[in-house]
Amino acid sequence: MWQYEKKLQYPVKIKNPNPKYAQIIITQYGGPDGELGASMRYLTQRYSQPYNEVKGMLTDIGTEELAHMEMICAMVHQLTRDLTPEQIKESGFAPYFVDHTLGVYPVAASGYPWTATYIQSKGDTLADLHEDLAAEQKARVTYDNLLRLIDDPDIKDPLKFLRAREIVHYQRFGEAQPTRWNDYGGAADKTA
Amino acid sequence: MNDKARLKRQIYELDFALHELVLFLDSHPTNRRAMELMGEYREKRAKLIADYEKRYGKYIVTVNDVPMSGKWEWLDSPWPWDTDFMEG
Repeated sequence: MWQYEKKLQYPVKIKNPNPKYAQIIITQYGGPDGELGASMRYLTQRYSQPYNEVKGMLTDIGTEELAHMEMICAMVHQLTRDLTPEQIKESGFAPYFVDHTLGVYPVAASGYPWTATYIQSKGDTLADLHEDLAAEQKARVTYDNLLRLIDDPDIKDPLKFLRAREIVHYQRFGEAQPTRWNDYGGAADKTA
Repeated sequence: MNDKARLKRQIYELDFALHELVLFLDSHPTNRRAMELMGEYREKRAKLIADYEKRYGKYIVTVNDVPMSGKWEWLDSPWPWDTDFMEG
């Protein structure tokens, strides 16, 4: 089970609403390499996972991804507050607005709703871990792309934090013994 | 950022450092240095929370932190996605 902590993993405080940015950032909620998929991917892969070390990683990283999802949703929410009808029309936000008003709904930047086809649970340790390594890199590229397109420091700051987390998770999954093909005995850091 | 927000941020920084150690220990379960650091950060966090509670009252982050006196305080402070969350 889970227990909610009433805080964000890293604070989000955006002074200037901007529905254009909201429409691209939302892809890290409901897009193909977003945080909702990341969380569901890892938490779902746990059940057939034979290694305790990997069960731990999938649980703890999958849980952190839920916190990232909350940060992205906070960003989308803050970027779409206090909008005038003119801003909604001019920013291209009208199609989203008619379907969801200011509700935060998991869609990709392209508008496609989130789907379980973005994730895989193959029941094979190597296949699942390699899916996870690839997923972290794809999420990192998505953050790179967002950082290329956005120039507000209030938005860039939490995005940079989230980008760095993709790299750390990639590192941790890569350290899992089943992905270390030359060493299946003892702890990953047995020389430390 | 006001003093309360600064103190909250310091607690969150330690929460983050502790979480980083959790992930590291998942792949390095026998690493003594990581275990030592975890103990150190847990102590620092407890001290910061004591400091917070002296100044601002009960530090509430989970439902189990809510004091059983009079009112259900879980709902009182801003929510994490509100722009005034850190100051509230």
